[in-house]
Amino acid sequence: MGRQTEGTPIRPQAGGSMRRRFSVSGLVLAMIGLPILAGLAGTIGPAFGLLPALGGDHLTLDHFTDLATQPHLLRSSLISFATTIVTTGASLAIVMLFTAGYAGTRMFSRIQHLVSPLLAIPHAAAAFGLAFLVAPSGLAMRLVSPGLTGDSSPADWLVPQDPLGLTMMAGLIVKEMPFLFLVTLAALPQVPVLQARQLSVSLGYGRIRGFLISVWPLLYRQIRLPVFAVLAYASSVVDVAMILGPALPAPLAVRITEWMADSDLRMRFLASTGALLQLGLTVAAMVTWLTVEQIGSFLLRRMSLSGVRKPDDRLLRRSACFAMVLSVALFFLGLAVLFLWSIAGLWPFPALLPDNLTPQAWMRALPQAGDVIATTVSLASSSAAIALLLAIGLLWQNGHRNGGALDSVLYLPLIVPQLCFVFGLQILSVSLGFDASFALLLFVHLIFVLPYVVLSLSQPWRAFDRRYETVAAGLGKSPLQVLLHVRLPLLTRACLTAFAVGFAVSAGLYLPTLLIGAGRIVTITTEAVALSSGGDRRAIGVYALLQTLVPFGGFLIASLVPHLLFRDRRAMRI
Amino acid sequence: MKPKTTDGLHLEAISIALNGQTLLSLSAHVRPGDILTVMGPSGSGKSVLLSYLGGFLDPAFTASGRVLIDGDDLTRVAPEKRRCGMLFQDPLLFPHLSVGGNLLFGLTPSIVKRDQRRRMVERALVDVELEGFFERDPATLSGGEKARVALQRVMLSAPRLLLLDEPFSKLDSDLRQQTRALIFSRAKAAGLPVILVTHDQADADTAGGPVVVIGEDIGR
Repeated sequence: MGRQTEGTPIRPQAGGSMRRRFSVSGLVLAMIGLPILAGLAGTIGPAFGLLPALGGDHLTLDHFTDLATQPHLLRSSLISFATTIVTTGASLAIVMLFTAGYAGTRMFSRIQHLVSPLLAIPHAAAAFGLAFLVAPSGLAMRLVSPGLTGDSSPADWLVPQDPLGLTMMAGLIVKEMPFLFLVTLAALPQVPVLQARQLSVSLGYGRIRGFLISVWPLLYRQIRLPVFAVLAYASSVVDVAMILGPALPAPLAVRITEWMADSDLRMRFLASTGALLQLGLTVAAMVTWLTVEQIGSFLLRRMSLSGVRKPDDRLLRRSACFAMVLSVALFFLGLAVLFLWSIAGLWPFPALLPDNLTPQAWMRALPQAGDVIATTVSLASSSAAIALLLAIGLLWQNGHRNGGALDSVLYLPLIVPQLCFVFGLQILSVSLGFDASFALLLFVHLIFVLPYVVLSLSQPWRAFDRRYETVAAGLGKSPLQVLLHVRLPLLTRACLTAFAVGFAVSAGLYLPTLLIGAGRIVTITTEAVALSSGGDRRAIGVYALLQTLVPFGGFLIASLVPHLLFRDRRAMRI
Repeated sequence: MKPKTTDGLHLEAISIALNGQTLLSLSAHVRPGDILTVMGPSGSGKSVLLSYLGGFLDPAFTASGRVLIDGDDLTRVAPEKRRCGMLFQDPLLFPHLSVGGNLLFGLTPSIVKRDQRRRMVERALVDVELEGFFERDPATLSGGEKARVALQRVMLSAPRLLLLDEPFSKLDSDLRQQTRALIFSRAKAAGLPVILVTHDQADADTAGGPVVVIGEDIGR
């Protein structure tokens, strides 16, 4: 702004005429950046033997030797690595091909409406649903037994928890694809998809080829960050891996979590080295992905230079659509089966439906679940509310600029595997004598909730018609008045949606809650995952559904409140 | 009494540039009740001039010169303290407020008493033949009704000048004439200097004041 000469008027920028005494972006940078740095340090220190609280006072590589002697470590790592690449690749490919073939069609908007609510559902609930479908005594086998298989007792497969992790990959794809689909949807308006299709089709290109050549590079650039978030997530996921992943050996992240939670405190050293290995694995997956990107862009360039048209791509298009519909269907079917189990009386194999229905599992679970729900809701609503306030402050001060440092730090919690720094944070807080407290857990949740709330709010914030603000300023309103009386009321729906997104993220957080809550603060997500080893399907059904209903409540409120607030304002109800 | 020479709006050697290239240069004096029409092809910087005068110039632009209203220098005054009333192509009524709410939002805070504020708003509605519209949802109004509410909202804020950014271009021709006549007569009656940006010659003719054409050679 050094070019401004005398006489340049003051910008109507948020806070324009006010002295900026307090910078929200500085606060956010510190709030997210410092814990991640501290957490990484808290992980790295013990890995090299430094953990004074447990007598670790000299540098040593012994713990790495210890790690190397753990049985099947390579296999655990390879499964995690393969899961990461396969999950990300498959989810992205399906989303890409489906968008290529169907953007702008009725099928597309139908899927869009079906997929949006799926984002609110925690990973663990989705994983349980899938497990109940594909288990040897699950709904899928009941459908074909004994008629087709002739079996009257469940088959002896190791599914879910198959040794290759295929079920786990499927579970992650089913859950990550909606996420990638929704971020693609958010980026679509900035890309001229329909014009590009008309142009390329008129040149004789098939829809998919035309899309890949003309639109995909632009689109991919915009969803690259979420793709890396999926990579980071899939490489270090714990809850889904515990429910659907192989058991002996378990994926790396699951084993590290077990070490972290071990009652023998000396295992913390091993866990720290494991967390570093995890970090290395995630980095390796990302480097691999960069290579995949290079290969992809090379192929794309060859494809566009060759001039080959491939006009008939119906088969590919249909397959992408089928994959999309199948995964959405699996998701909903899974929820239905969870519900069925939660009210099932006796349900012997291979009966398709339970012999009788009973609310017993709910009656049994609800008295204890009450407290857990209350904890979850208060944790989720306070972290989402604080995050929303911070996001509003952040966008108000920097709304129409893209802040370099801020943007990268804001998304760090999505890119750095949770495991690697949350564990360090836990070690640090224990060393400093902090007890597992609601406030500490709230703070850690905030680190993960804030990026999603900002992501969700920033798009409607930037799309806002700024002439409303100009009019208001012309009428003599100060920037703060304009914010409170014009912008925020007009963005009510966007704010509530961002709140609901934050609420759902917090309610679904597993690992940070497990580690920082230290078993004393329990949410429905940690409770549901804890039940998974017990195998009580009715209780799992109840908890997985509760896990779905709580975040759903947030979204329900977000969509109903604007209707109540603006009952008499037609333009506000859209 | 003879009007003082400082009365009205003075634009003193205003020059706005983008990336070192001058977009427009302008000096003018608009007396109270007069209308200065600024014409030019799209992309010539007409709207940039208005955002400069309103205090909303994008920092990508550089500007020099002075803006004076009745002798007060506005150049470095914050937008919300300039009291520049603006009207755009769209009426931009706030959709979350009722028609009356929009007018109360505009009404100058120097009127403090609630019942007096309400009375003034009701009177402003009667004034443009919108009696009984106080509780109405702006979304249910016709284009002409919206334009009149937008005008009254700005007039109630006690502006010192009016900036009109092609405010008639989205109205059909009958409505356009009516609205134009209404806005011009109100501005004249209130003794406000007006700057009208348009590309419609009929607007300029009706305004009757001086016409400045800018950016003739840009984009050709």
